[in-house]
Formats: sequence, structure tokens, C-alpha cells
Amino acid sequence: MGNYYQKEIETMPQEQLRALQDQRLVAQVKHVWDNVPYYRKKMEEKGVTPADIQGVADLYKLPFLSKDDLREAYPYGLLAVPKKDCVRIHSTSGTTGKRVVAFYTQHDIDLWDDCCARAIVAAGGTSEDVCHIAYGFGLFTGGAGLNGGSHKVGCLTLPMSSGNTDRQLQFMEDLGSTILCCTPSYAAYLAESIHERGLQDRIHLKAGIFGAEAWSEDMRHDIENKLGIKAYDIYGLTETSGPGVAFECAEQTGMHINEDHFIAEIIDPDTGEVLPEGSKGELVFTAITKQAFPLLRYRTRDICVLTRKPCSCGRTHVKMSKPMGRSDDMLIIRGINVFPSQIETVLLQQGYTANYQIIVDRVNNSDTFEVLVEMNPEMFSDSLAKITAAEKELVSALKAMLGIAAKVKLVTPKSITRSEGKAVRVIDKRKI
Amino acid sequence: MNIHQISVFLENRTGQLAEITALLAKEHVDIRALSIAETADYGLARMIVDDSYKASSILLQHGDILSMTPVYAVQVPDRPGGLTELLQILAEVHVDVEYMYSLFTHDTDNAYMVMRVSDEAKFLGALGDRQIKVMTKDELGLK
Ligand SMILES: [Zn+2]
Repeated sequence: MGNYYQKEIETMPQEQLRALQDQRLVAQVKHVWDNVPYYRKKMEEKGVTPADIQGVADLYKLPFLSKDDLREAYPYGLLAVPKKDCVRIHSTSGTTGKRVVAFYTQHDIDLWDDCCARAIVAAGGTSEDVCHIAYGFGLFTGGAGLNGGSHKVGCLTLPMSSGNTDRQLQFMEDLGSTILCCTPSYAAYLAESIHERGLQDRIHLKAGIFGAEAWSEDMRHDIENKLGIKAYDIYGLTETSGPGVAFECAEQTGMHINEDHFIAEIIDPDTGEVLPEGSKGELVFTAITKQAFPLLRYRTRDICVLTRKPCSCGRTHVKMSKPMGRSDDMLIIRGINVFPSQIETVLLQQGYTANYQIIVDRVNNSDTFEVLVEMNPEMFSDSLAKITAAEKELVSALKAMLGIAAKVKLVTPKSITRSEGKAVRVIDKRKI
Repeated sequence: MNIHQISVFLENRTGQLAEITALLAKEHVDIRALSIAETADYGLARMIVDDSYKASSILLQHGDILSMTPVYAVQVPDRPGGLTELLQILAEVHVDVEYMYSLFTHDTDNAYMVMRVSDEAKFLGALGDRQIKVMTKDELGLK
């Protein structure tokens, strides 16, 4: 059994939870129908009215929303309350086209903060803790979400934002940070810096809550060992509020989705058909308590698996696996599906750091595929032959994992670009 | 008897070596020998400096990846055939030279070769037998 922030709801029997979802979904569909002409039109095109939606079992009848809809409806097309009722926006750091903007009422922020508070408590957080938030603050949801959650739990909150490593480490040491919240790549970077400066004994972290980008089990172990902490995953996206849609408990075998606020489905990304529990497919969310920006059947593009197997922590909410890739960020190189997380796994197995960058280009109608890999002290040698042998081994391990050959380029440490604390993992220069 | 060599990782980027030498120059570190080994994509710079501890801390601070390797500086007569004699001796005792390069330091009669060999004990034994001088740090003015 674990610690809960909202025990009654987090451990509610599944039938009761389902009844709550039914009731909230019916109300939400009516709210959207009445207030979002963009979605109402989509429903009408499909011949669906609010009367057709009596509960979660009818969810499949509703049309999907995708990132394209969000771009098309930018900025106010999906807003479901008067602008005067909104108190904040957040926005994604999109790579192409218009940014996606999401709106929040005070009530929305309150519920979002609750979700993040559940994650912090599940990671062992209490009002005794010093919560060090090194996610970016600003339009990015990471900083704001965990900051709000940390306040709710009553932790002493350090709104550090990302960057300025010297200051991060200074505060971590001087104020005795116990919980670190940031992206996993930034956590790995901070861990490296702590070791380089020999500060291990002066840092007293016990847990980390890391999300907003893909990370592997190997990376988790690496961070846990280097920082001497337990590292928890957290999931969310700006479109559905931000981090805290799902979070890991002490079992670390998947993230509990906050089902009192979100209904999760797994669909076949090609046909849109709903798949049974345990199937691997695209994750779709319906926000059933959000007022300002209530997306129904929003396609996340994240590929994962859901499970309702009972969890040792006592929470009853469905668990999602770590996303195994993205149906849209998935790279197709020379006709082969490549997920960046696969590359990360190989790098860590071969003794390199998880800091890498993929560069894909097209030269003479053929894809080029290059992976920049940081040299590190463990892999460095005075012998060129040894470095080359290790590099060759890496190239063949990548080939074995991905099914296609990559050109590896060794680069000096910390030379790979970071933005908003997120490492830029993929640069696709192909014009397709 | 050995001296310290610093090896620095170089990625294939214009100006990285110049950055390193400028950094050392700024802190008054004197580079006494330098050799570059490279593949098409990356390389390493091997160097002997007057103060290897100072140099390595400057480079680590700069974020470079490096290692320290013990190597030997051997006195070689500065005349045609001087180097050949040395290499023939090593061949006779089956010692392989992994790499070698010369120190900038030079006197009227002798040059100095920095060497990394496969078998240090055999190497030192063979040179001792022939009374070929292996230079100490002090003799070269290295810290
Ligand atoms: Zn659990």
C-alpha cells in the first residue's frame, strides 16, 4: 500500500469509477456541443448528438480530434467558455506550423494541480519535502504543473526552471532539495555534473519525477544509480492540461491514468478502431472535467498499452505503459520504422550516455541516417583503434536493433543542442 | 622514467584544436610536443606539455574528454640513420611501437622521440643494454 493524495478517488472500486466517468462524460459532451461549434460540426457530420452518448460505452461514436484540428481551430476555435472565464494559457513547443494553445479556468488549474499532487505523493512526497522544480517555466506546462502540485502537497517549492547548472546545484545543496522534477535528459545532465564536481555526498535527493520526453528503463537505472534516488515517470501533454495525466507509483510498472478526469482508449492508428485492453496502439484521451479546453477523443500519437491488472499500491486507476514511440514522431528511414527510444537503449547498453541526436536527410533520393553520440570518459582511450572498435560495435548493435545501418558520429560532450531543457533528439532535413 | 602525455578527443570540427591550444597558451602552458591521430570523423591530439596537471585541469574545465598516458622520451642521435638504429634494436627484441612523434626540444647532437610501446619492461631493458638514454621529466624541464 502506498501514500495517496486523494485516497478515496485514487482507490475507488473500478465499477464506481466507471459510473463517475459515465456521468461526467454525458455532461461534458453536452458542454462541448453547446459551446464548441467546431466540434459540434464534427459530431453533426458523423450524425451523432449528445443523446447518443449515455456513457463510456458510447464513446467510440464520437469523432476524433488531432493536432491538425488544434492548428485549424487556433487560437480560440476549441475554447468552451467565455474568454473572461479563462485565467491562463499554455502552449506546446511545436516543431512545425502554428503552436498549439490550451486554455485554463481557475477550476481547470485546480484539478490539474491535484493531479500533479497525486504524482508527488506517489513518489513519497510530503509537506516535509523540498521540491526542486527544474522543468521550464513559462508557456511550457512542466514547471507550472509540478509547481502547483508541490504547493498542494505543501512541499517547500523551489521554482528553479531549467538551465544555470551552477545555481541548480548550489540550491540543491544549500536548501537540501529532496525531490527533483525535470526532464529525464536534464536529470541525467545534472547527475553527470554532480559527479564531475564530486558533490554526491552533499546532495540529499530521495526521488525524482521525470517526464515530458521519452526515456528508457536503462536511462532510469542510470539516473537512479548516479543520484541515489528512485526515479518516477510522469505523463501528460499540453492539450490535455500538462504533466499529471498519468503518473508512476512505487511499483514502477506503468503510470496510473487519473481516470476521474480522463478517459483513456487505445486505438489502431490506421483505422481508428478501438482495441481491447492489453493491445498496443495509439493512446486517445477524453477530458471529462475540463471547462475551458475540453478535448474529446484527442489522439495523442503516443503508442502504448493499457492494463487494469490490480496494482500493489492499491490504486485502481488504469495503468499505461511508457510510450513506446510516437505514431507521428516515429521516423521512417529507408522504409523502416525507427523510434528514437530504441537508439537510446542501444547507446546505454554500449556504455555511451543517452545524449544523442539523430540527423536524417535525403541525398540523391536516398535517406541518410546519422546519429551524433557524445564521447564520455569511460569510452575514451588514448588508442584510436580502441575507440574505433567500440564505435564499430555500436554501429552493429544499432543495425541489429533498428534493422537499418546508421552512420555514427562521435562528438564532444554537451555539444548537442538543448531547448527549454529538452534535448533536440531528431533533426529531419528531408522535405517530405 | 616515463613522462605524462595528455590525449584529447577531437571531433571533426574546424577550430577545435586551435581552441585547445589557445586555452593552454592563455594559461601559459607550453606545448612541447604535439601529434594528431585521426580517422575521417574524429581524432585525438596527443601532447606533452610543461605542466600536465595544470593543462589537464584547464581542459577538463573546458569540457574536453581526455586521458593521461605514460610514454617515454628517447634520445636519438640527430644524424642520418639515428632513428633506424633505435627501431632495429626494438625489432630485434620484438617490441612494437604503437606510436611515436618528436619533441620540439632539440640540441645540436640529439633529437627526442616520444614513444608508446607494446612492452615497457623489454623496451627499457633493451635501451639500457645499449646505453640509449631515456629522458626524465627533470631533464626535459617538465613538471
Ligand atoms: Zn500502482
